[in-house]
Parts: sequence; structure tokens; C-alpha cells
Amino acid sequence: MKTRLDPYLPIVGVIGLIIVWYLAVWYEVVDKVLLPSPSDTLRALWKGMSGGRLGFDFWRTVERTTLATLIAAAIAIPLGIFLGASERLYRSVEFVIDFFRSTPASAMFPLFLVLFGVGDETKISVAAFGAALVILFNVAYGVMNARKTRLLAAKVMGASRLRVLTDVMLLESLPQTFVGLRNGVSLALVIVVVAEMFIGSTDGLGHRVFEAQQLFAMPDMYAAIFAAGALGYGLNLLFLLVERRFVHWSGK
Amino acid sequence: MTLEGEIASLAAVSGGKAAKDGGAPAHVTVRGLCKRFNDAIVYDRFDLDIPRGNLISVFGPNGCGKSTLINLIAGLIARDAGEILFGGKPLRDTKFGYVFQNYREALFPWLRSIDNVEYPLKLMKLGKPERRARTERLVAHLGVKIDLHRYPYELSGGQQQLVSIMRALVVEPEILFLDEPFSALDYEMTLFMRDQLQRIFVETGTTTVLVSHDLEEAVYLADRVLLLSRRPARVADYVRYDAARPRTDATLSEHDFVCVKAHCLEIFQREVRKG
Repeated sequence: MKTRLDPYLPIVGVIGLIIVWYLAVWYEVVDKVLLPSPSDTLRALWKGMSGGRLGFDFWRTVERTTLATLIAAAIAIPLGIFLGASERLYRSVEFVIDFFRSTPASAMFPLFLVLFGVGDETKISVAAFGAALVILFNVAYGVMNARKTRLLAAKVMGASRLRVLTDVMLLESLPQTFVGLRNGVSLALVIVVVAEMFIGSTDGLGHRVFEAQQLFAMPDMYAAIFAAGALGYGLNLLFLLVERRFVHWSGK
Repeated sequence: MTLEGEIASLAAVSGGKAAKDGGAPAHVTVRGLCKRFNDAIVYDRFDLDIPRGNLISVFGPNGCGKSTLINLIAGLIARDAGEILFGGKPLRDTKFGYVFQNYREALFPWLRSIDNVEYPLKLMKLGKPERRARTERLVAHLGVKIDLHRYPYELSGGQQQLVSIMRALVVEPEILFLDEPFSALDYEMTLFMRDQLQRIFVETGTTTVLVSHDLEEAVYLADRVLLLSRRPARVADYVRYDAARPRTDATLSEHDFVCVKAHCLEIFQREVRKG
């Protein structure tokens, strides 16, 4: 049975989590120092985000993640189309792509440190590297899995190979491209946050989480974790909204 | 069945009427067509004439190569040998329309229905006003009542197939191929679409080749029913059906229709049993 209240269902889980959290604090299930109350955490989040350090670190992470994703997309989308347009070409590089796609990007940090030093370039380029492979793989598959009937329909109407590519294959691959972009941006965020924790960082959400933990400022640490969570969720949502706007036929 | 019996039933079918296409010259001539898929010989020195301005239904046992035949004629798949001419010209000099069974996968969902219809005109490098004019002319001509500014996925199945038929017709083709165009639709919609197709055929007089897996539909719409044998496909029979158009539900119970259908069924069963 559907009711008017259905749209508010997701809030139930949130309230449930907060209640359990309060109970845990109330009955001191976990050491008080390790688990601050939800209200203390929320206060730290609010203070941090409105003019505090956390807000600055948040935007640094946004910057790095966005830049990494843009670079990845700029390289991977054209390359994915190129490789996907010929299935034999893609098959010949598939193993290499799958291999590096399966390699934890964090294992590449030392290599990129040697190449780019300890600055932002390393963080961004490792994140871009990881995201690019995910995007590349999805774009190529999107192009290869273009409906045969649709390609044939264009061909029968007299479309040249180039027209088939630009008028059909590219648009056919868009839904899968967006899957790649969403996965890519999520991965880029993970890599950027990890990089901010350890690689000589002075800012960013990873750095904030790590520093708060070192200083035993638990409300600040939880606040930074929630900020990172909100960022990941928000980026995913953003891509979903853009997709729904531009790829209106997706799933139909 | 004896040979005499067959001849008798054939005579009953044609009923001594003058053939409608008696004077119609062949539009499409297929000579010595050969096609094999791996080990399966689908066509071996196959000959066929399709009279101009006729609607031909292709019917036969499963897997005999009904769709393959129109795909070979329309050049969707390459033939191994043989010659196919359209009024003496090769395919590349011939404008034709092709309607796929799976309209969902044949239309472009990113284009509005009207832009789908206009797409082949765009490939012909016609300007926007000319494209719009030709599409509007077609819409008026066919009396189509669909909101063409919707996206295909916003339309019903029958409407989508109607859009793909319009897309095939907008170039004013010499010949129209339809590969089981209504088999993905429910019965109600199928009946409706049959009459739409009949109307389009009467309006345009375009030579039409329809692959069908429904004998009633095949006969109802056809000037001639091409009955194919099992692989390698031969012409088992090429049955004439001359009932006046527009044919209606009443046609389905007319003596002539029932006879032709029964005759086709008999040939079909004979071919199926041979396998």
C-alpha cells in the first residue's frame, strides 16, 4: 500500500541510527571519549563547516576530486569510444585495462610520488588514473553493446560509418558512460581522501580526519567523516541528476 | 495429397478470376540467389519475381529463412551468389524502406518521434524546412494521429511501430520491407496496425514485402502469399489473393479468403511434415 508518507521513508533509517547512537552513548556501551553524542558531533560539523577548518578542507577535497574526474573523463571518454568502436581493438587491450583496473590504485602511490613529488599532482593523478580506467571500461562497453538493430537501422537508411558512430554509437553509449562517471568519481574521492591522510598533506578531508584522530578530537573526527560521506553521496546524486536530464531515455 | 487434388484446390482458390497483377511487370527480380550460414544452406539458386505495386506476404516453416530473404533483398546481409535487381537497377540505386520487428531497438530513443521520422531525410542532406514539409505531408497523407513531439518511449507499442513505418516511408521508397512488424504487439493492436498498413499500402501503392508468422495476417494483407519450403528454401507456392481493398473483418469470413487460407495452410503443413 502506498501512502503520501512514502517519500519520507528514508528518514526512518536516519532517526533509527540516531536513536541507537544516543542509546549507546547513554548506556556507555563504548568509551565516552571514543563515541561522542550525536549532538556534539552535529555541533562540531556545523561549526567546522561554517567558517571553520572543516569547510576549507571540504572544498580542497572537492577541488581535487573534481579535477581528477575531469582529467579522467577527458582522457577516458574519447579513448573508450575509439577502442569500443572496434571490438577486436578493445579485445587486444582488454587484459591490460582489466589488470590495472583491478590493481588497487593506492598501490600506485609510491610510483606516482617518484614521478610527481609530494604535491597535489600526485594525489590528483593517482585518482585520475583510477577513475580513468573505470570510465574507459564503461564507455568502451557502452559503445560495443550498442543495439545491433539500431546500428543496422541507421545503416539501412544510408548512414556512413562515421554517421553511425556519431549519431548512434555515441548516444547509445551515454547511459553506460554515466555509470562509468559515477563509479569513477566515487573511486576518485576514495583515492583523494586516502592520499590526503598520508602523503605529506596539510589540508583536505582525509587530513582533517587523520589530524582529529591524532589530537583525539573525536567530535571533529566524526564530523569530518560525515562531511566526507555527504560529499560522496552528493557527487553521486549530482551525476544521477545530470544523467536524468541529458540521458532521458536511460532504462526506457 | 494427390497432384489432382492440389490442382483442384488451386483452381478453387483463383476461382477463374483475372489476376490483378496480370499486366504488372516484375519490380524485383531475384535470380540464382545463394546463401549459406556455416553448414546450413538457406538459399540455393533461388528465383523470385515481385510484381510492381503488389503487397507480398512471406510465410513458411520456422527457420526456413523468411527474414533472411528480405534481408538479402534489402542488402542487410550479403548474398553468396545471385543477382537481385529493382526495375533493372541494383540496390544501391534504389530507395527502399525497412521496418524491423523490434521497434524498441530500431527507433532512436534520444530523438523525438518526429526527428526519428526525419532522420533519413537528414542523411539525404535535406534542409530543415524541406524535412518538416515532407514529414507533414506524409502525416497528412496517412492521417496519422500521434503526438510526434513525444519521445518514442512515451508512445504505445503500436504507435512506435507506426513511427518506424513512417520513418521508412518518408523517403518515398520504391519498395518497403517489413520484418514481422506486428509480432511484438498484442492482438488488439495487431488488428489495428494491419488496417493501418493496408491503408498506407492503398494510399501509396508502394511495392511491399511483408514477412509474417501469422497466416491470417499474411493472406489478409497480401496480393500474393509467398510460401517457402524448409531449408534450402524453395517457392512452395506463390498464391494469389485478389479480394478488393479495403478488406475488413468481414473479409475474414468470405469464401474466397477461407479457401486461400486453407490452401496456404495445406501447403504449409505439407512443407512442415517434409522436415
